[in-house]
Amino acid sequence: MSVQTTRPNLLAAPAVAWLLVFMVGPCVLILSYAFFERGVWGGIEYNLTTENFLRVFDPLYAKIFLTSARIAGLATLIAVLIAYPAAYAISRAPRTRQPMLLFFAVLPFWSNYLIRTYAWIVLLNREGLFNNFLRQLGYTGEPLSLLYTEGAVITGLVYNYLPFVILAIYSSLSRLNPELMEASRDLGGGAFRTFVRVTLPLTMPGIAAGAVFVFVLSIGNFVTPALLGGGRFQMIGNVVYDQFLTANDWPFGAALGMALIAIMVALLMLQARVAARASGERASEEASR
Amino acid sequence: MTHSRLPGRLTLVLVFGFLYLPIAVLVLLSFNEAGLPTTWSGFSTKWYGALLGNSDILGAAWNTLVVAVFSTLIATALGTLLAIGMETRRRKSNGLEALAFAPMVIPDIVLAVALLSFFSRLNLTLGLHTIVISHVIFDLAFVCSVVRARLKNFDYSVVEASRDLGASAWTTFWRVTFPVLLPAIVAGGLLAFTLSVDEFIIAFFTAGAGRSSITLPIQIYSMIRFGITPEINALATIVMGVSALALLISQWLNKEQMQ
Repeated sequence: MSVQTTRPNLLAAPAVAWLLVFMVGPCVLILSYAFFERGVWGGIEYNLTTENFLRVFDPLYAKIFLTSARIAGLATLIAVLIAYPAAYAISRAPRTRQPMLLFFAVLPFWSNYLIRTYAWIVLLNREGLFNNFLRQLGYTGEPLSLLYTEGAVITGLVYNYLPFVILAIYSSLSRLNPELMEASRDLGGGAFRTFVRVTLPLTMPGIAAGAVFVFVLSIGNFVTPALLGGGRFQMIGNVVYDQFLTANDWPFGAALGMALIAIMVALLMLQARVAARASGERASEEASR
Repeated sequence: MTHSRLPGRLTLVLVFGFLYLPIAVLVLLSFNEAGLPTTWSGFSTKWYGALLGNSDILGAAWNTLVVAVFSTLIATALGTLLAIGMETRRRKSNGLEALAFAPMVIPDIVLAVALLSFFSRLNLTLGLHTIVISHVIFDLAFVCSVVRARLKNFDYSVVEASRDLGASAWTTFWRVTFPVLLPAIVAGGLLAFTLSVDEFIIAFFTAGAGRSSITLPIQIYSMIRFGITPEINALATIVMGVSALALLISQWLNKEQMQ
């Protein structure tokens, strides 16, 4: 049977052309910039060099990479720890109410990132709501400096990306066959054992998808460190920003950007493996039923 | 087996509280006469009035609208065609899948600096048009994924029936496929519009210098860096209200068609 109604490639062509010219092209361009020298006045000097990539591993920048990875890693961990129970609770809610709950869990994610980050400035600053609340409770000491800390940056990242993690974990929970859990309970597995041995492994793809997303977007973030870290926490995104807009060292900025892409690709491949393994497990479990 | 609903409910209350409390505080403060988080001095819409008198903000709002409308129109057309193309192929193409997925995961700072390098290499003057070109990239990917979801449970036998009855491919598309897809296309378009209105990083890098091409997020960013003002609260409330409305309609359209 053929559903070939039109020429698929022709239909895809305009979008493909757009993406090749305006996404792949520019990415290849900055990849090539990373191999050239920086010009005296900030332009590109077309002499081949590997200097920019070596500089990425310079202790100064390696340290920033590690700081970024730590902040992104903590944000990822906390986001998953909050999102899992939330997604679980949504998947256990009455069927008719699930789409609505999910929609409202994801809604903030589509709204303005800057505004959601700004909201935390309003809450955390020295004259802000938290300090105000403490004073109401009778606290009379110095107002707490909650803003411009690593904790504030992590909170902002978790807050901004949490909805997506809930969505990713929910989608793998909702595909779970409830009979598997029942079977485990019938066979004497306690609630905890059933969760750890059955539910958790089968929902790993959702956790992986959500975690990779948070980590990739956090490690390359420059808005949250700039606004909630007050510029005290340099993350890789901020360094890339500086190279392009203030230091005018485009080749080095490009090399850092490529490092971010490399991290992203590596994590996506890891995630694909987790998903493939889980779907293998699922298939074998279904076959053995 | 029955178990208590209570832990689940409590979790949801806490998580939704975490997600919505900061936003609720902003909205509430935008109506605070004093404009300060420390005291509530009565309900007032004066900060909204202040926005209307701020020509910088009005200009930025207009630019945002122009960028969002143009990028949404282009992205909706390209994304829909891409979705149909991908779903009607005989074999899944991994290259095509990766290309359509990439705009959704590529770190925006990388795409932003890549586009800045690209446009300046071509000696293109930066402005609203370069923001439009850039926004189409991720907008079309999201439109494509929404339309594809609809095509997954599309009954192709109606297309065959139409062709068997002698309708041309063109007529079949406009009279059969398009009406079925329309809610998904509009839903995808609304999502693209919201994304474009809210996008900051790529717009920031591709807007160029000068006030003439500043969009609302760029304006908001520079205002935030100067500190908290009641005007930002009011502006934030309006921007979030518009996004939420667009998304509610988008969601409603998506739900209608699934039934």
